[in-house]
Amino acid sequence: MVHVILEALMTVTAAAALVTFLVPDEYAGRAAAAFSALPLVGSLLLWAGFDGRGNALVDGEIAFETTAPWLTLGGYEVSWHVGLDGVSLPLVVLTAVLTTLAIVSAWSAIDERQSQFYGLVLFMETTLIGVFVALDFLLWFVFWEAVLVPMYLLIGVWGGPRRKYAAIKFFVYTNVASLAMFIGFVALVLAAPVQTFDLPAVAAALRNEQISALLGLSPDALRTAAFAVMFAGFAVKVPVVPFHTWLPDAHVEAPSPVSVLLAGVLLKMGTYALLRYNFTMLPEAAAALAVPIAAVAVLSVLYGAMLALAQEDLKRIVAYSSVSSMGYVILGLVAYTLYGVGGATFQMVAHGLISGLMFMAVGVIYHSTHTRMVGDMSGMADRMPVTTGILVAGAFGYMGLPLMAGFAGEFFVFVGSFASTTLPFAPVFTATAMFGIVVVAGYLLLAMQRTLFGPFRLDTDYEVHEAPLRDTVPLAVLLLCIVALGVAPDLLFGMIKDAVVPILQGGGL
Amino acid sequence: MLDTPLQLVAGLADGLLPPVVLGVTALTLLVIDTVRPDEASLALLSGVSAAGSLVAFGVAAALLAGGVDPTTVYGGAVMLDGTSLYFTLVFASVTALVSVASYDYLRGQDYSGEFYALVLFSATGMSLMAAANSLATAFVALELTSLPSYALVAFLKQNEGSSEAGLKYFLVGAVSSAVLVFGISLVYAATGALTFGAVAEGLTTADDLVGIVGLGVVMIAGGMAFKTAAVPFHFWAPEAYEGAPAPVSAFLSSASKAAGFALAFRVFVGAFPLDVLVPMGIDWVLIFQVLAVVTMTLGNFAAATQENVKRMLAYSSIGHAGYALIGLAALSADGPNGAVLGASMAHLFVYGFMNTGAFLFVAMVEHWGVGRTFEDYNGLATRAPMASVAMTVFMFSLAGLPPFGGFFSKYALFYAAVDSGFWWLAAVGAVNSALSLFYYSRVVRALWIEEPAVDLSLGRRPVGLYVAVVGAALGTLLLLPAFGPVVETAQTVAATLF
Repeated sequence: MVHVILEALMTVTAAAALVTFLVPDEYAGRAAAAFSALPLVGSLLLWAGFDGRGNALVDGEIAFETTAPWLTLGGYEVSWHVGLDGVSLPLVVLTAVLTTLAIVSAWSAIDERQSQFYGLVLFMETTLIGVFVALDFLLWFVFWEAVLVPMYLLIGVWGGPRRKYAAIKFFVYTNVASLAMFIGFVALVLAAPVQTFDLPAVAAALRNEQISALLGLSPDALRTAAFAVMFAGFAVKVPVVPFHTWLPDAHVEAPSPVSVLLAGVLLKMGTYALLRYNFTMLPEAAAALAVPIAAVAVLSVLYGAMLALAQEDLKRIVAYSSVSSMGYVILGLVAYTLYGVGGATFQMVAHGLISGLMFMAVGVIYHSTHTRMVGDMSGMADRMPVTTGILVAGAFGYMGLPLMAGFAGEFFVFVGSFASTTLPFAPVFTATAMFGIVVVAGYLLLAMQRTLFGPFRLDTDYEVHEAPLRDTVPLAVLLLCIVALGVAPDLLFGMIKDAVVPILQGGGL
Repeated sequence: MLDTPLQLVAGLADGLLPPVVLGVTALTLLVIDTVRPDEASLALLSGVSAAGSLVAFGVAAALLAGGVDPTTVYGGAVMLDGTSLYFTLVFASVTALVSVASYDYLRGQDYSGEFYALVLFSATGMSLMAAANSLATAFVALELTSLPSYALVAFLKQNEGSSEAGLKYFLVGAVSSAVLVFGISLVYAATGALTFGAVAEGLTTADDLVGIVGLGVVMIAGGMAFKTAAVPFHFWAPEAYEGAPAPVSAFLSSASKAAGFALAFRVFVGAFPLDVLVPMGIDWVLIFQVLAVVTMTLGNFAAATQENVKRMLAYSSIGHAGYALIGLAALSADGPNGAVLGASMAHLFVYGFMNTGAFLFVAMVEHWGVGRTFEDYNGLATRAPMASVAMTVFMFSLAGLPPFGGFFSKYALFYAAVDSGFWWLAAVGAVNSALSLFYYSRVVRALWIEEPAVDLSLGRRPVGLYVAVVGAALGTLLLLPAFGPVVETAQTVAATLF
């Protein structure tokens, strides 16, 4: 069966990027926003017409699937194989939503080389959609690496004072990680009885334990080694402590709209890949390494939160809190229960929206005050009531206030990880991780109290007024999405559960 | 056993047509230059030169698509088969790009007719190198390639760098030609034959002349190392590429290098079969293994320390010679040799586009008069975004980053090496390739991220250079989706060599 709708979506986005690149600077922002509405509407139509069942890698019915042979490399088939299931569709929609909002929020934030900026953002959207729809390893890897090029330039050209350092650090870290992961996965494919890079076929072979020895490694050792190498590779992207050091630099230097996409979508590439590769294809190795992985996850939660507590820069606070939140995702994955893995996937979307909102709000405040230092300001709520109101609401979402997306995501993860049978000492790990919420609440409340409330004071002497509508509307839209998902998590959780169940049947519920 | 004229004509139709088209184009260019020796004919010269190359490309592609039976003509001196046609595609595409780009570069220079004629003569020689089936043809074709290129390197004769580079290139080239011809004479002494098949046959009974054959093989390998700019005969390359006019550097580092590989593949696979020479104790694969590892490592590390972009590209082209040498280094008596050699040929094909494009971008920058160091490239993207996008594509593709053609060609090459059991060659290649991102990304960083000098202005847009650079970038990008037919053709034609 051949659908061309995903190809059309990506072609339109790529064409939009090219046209935007050529539009004069004055119109680039408006044009990019208009163009980005196309993939946004397209992705919502995909959601409306979604007819997939089960998991794309485990005998599921893949929605909007296309398969076309591409080439043969050393006897291995590479194909153009794309499609969606309940795990990837929410991430495609998230990408489209956040890209459009980031573009609108960039109208204020970006004032030089605009056509290049918006062109690169749209090009990155194309590659991000590619990452989430690709179902062939080499095709996926092409998109995975292609994301780095626009991101490198977006940080490097439009970033803050240390942008060059931050951009190259991001580029080198993630490239080295990709190489490790690539070698790990190719070794698995060579050892498996397949002649293709098609992910469902490889997953079927690996899950059935049909794998031979390679280069002197026994099948079990190979599986564990490949799992470890791939986990390390993806962990850099997530990022997980101790691979997280590129993240605060990249976030602080990146312009706010880019931070929104970096935190909102790029980090999810790492957790998405962990779910697709490590936890779907190698459940036994995941179970064998469950304790160290859970330990890393809990460490990320607590250490990330502690680091956030120690920061004075609002953007650094949000950046480190991302490390903490992604720790929950890893914990949910390693728990290997329906609510654990499903909650982790839900949390990817929830965190994408919430961290996007936080970075955007901090960006709006920075644009008015020209400072992000907590000590430089207080009483901002007086002057910017709408912005600060939404920021406070978003922060409560971060802390896991019920009826907001963050609550649903974290709640599912905790329920799932508490009940885990694959993870030894699951209640201990869960309880320790839950303590992270207290710290999150601590640093967010503290930072808000110091900057937003009290008498108005600003050390940088700028006139501060309420932000214009073009800045506040994207914030409001994000808040609406967060509340909607919090009130009715089944908007997404239904399809996520449907896609997660087949994975778990290999490794117990 | 000379062929009748009729057989010769049949030979043309069978596959000798591409080099003939190139040669006739070169002669036509000389005629045009004689009839209209004014500067106004520059566009005509450039157009004829590009059109001739494209016709040669089209003919070779059509013959290749139609399927070819390997046949020999001229008493076995020339072999018409898929490999010769495949390599002609590489030479013709590079020649076309260089011809278009030189239109701007030669404006205001004298002797543009001679320039184009020399380029086309050299391309004719390359095409013959890829078709050589006898050591004598090999040598003659190699000289036909080299002699015009010496003149081309020294083309800016008022320019000290260009003259110096030409002289150095000529001296090293003359020495290595001498070494090569000495090697050929030793092999002839041992076997009494010049055509590859006869040499291979003669070697089976040359057990008592192992020393002579061994020395001959080593010397021939040395001659190949010169043409491909591999260690230890690589010294000329940075000098020649830096001093030469940039379109000539593009031509030499892409097409001429590929021609060296074409000849090396033919000679070593055809004349020195491993199953005969290894029992004699002459394991030439070992030579190429050492050369491959040393060449890619040295090229990479030297490239990383350069401040001049053109010189960096010169060393990077040495590094890529190291990767391509894997095609010979990973051969074995019973391995998947066609796959290895074919992967190397596919890499050279992709390399033809990305490396030519990169040097042509340098040509464009020289045309603007901006300067040659990384620092001089600062902020060019603010003035020339499209060309900078193209250069970014070349750099990341040379580094082997996935969204571009260079990723698949390197992957296929390293995979083929692993599959033949030479995983360590692939490992050295992969590590080098990862390190190379360092210096390639420096160019990208200078173009996009660094601030431009306050007074940076570029003047008018060179049309020919733009067309060539954008064309090469499109080629590099399209070779990602279209890599399948390229590598499959290369591996099929390579398999027929064994």
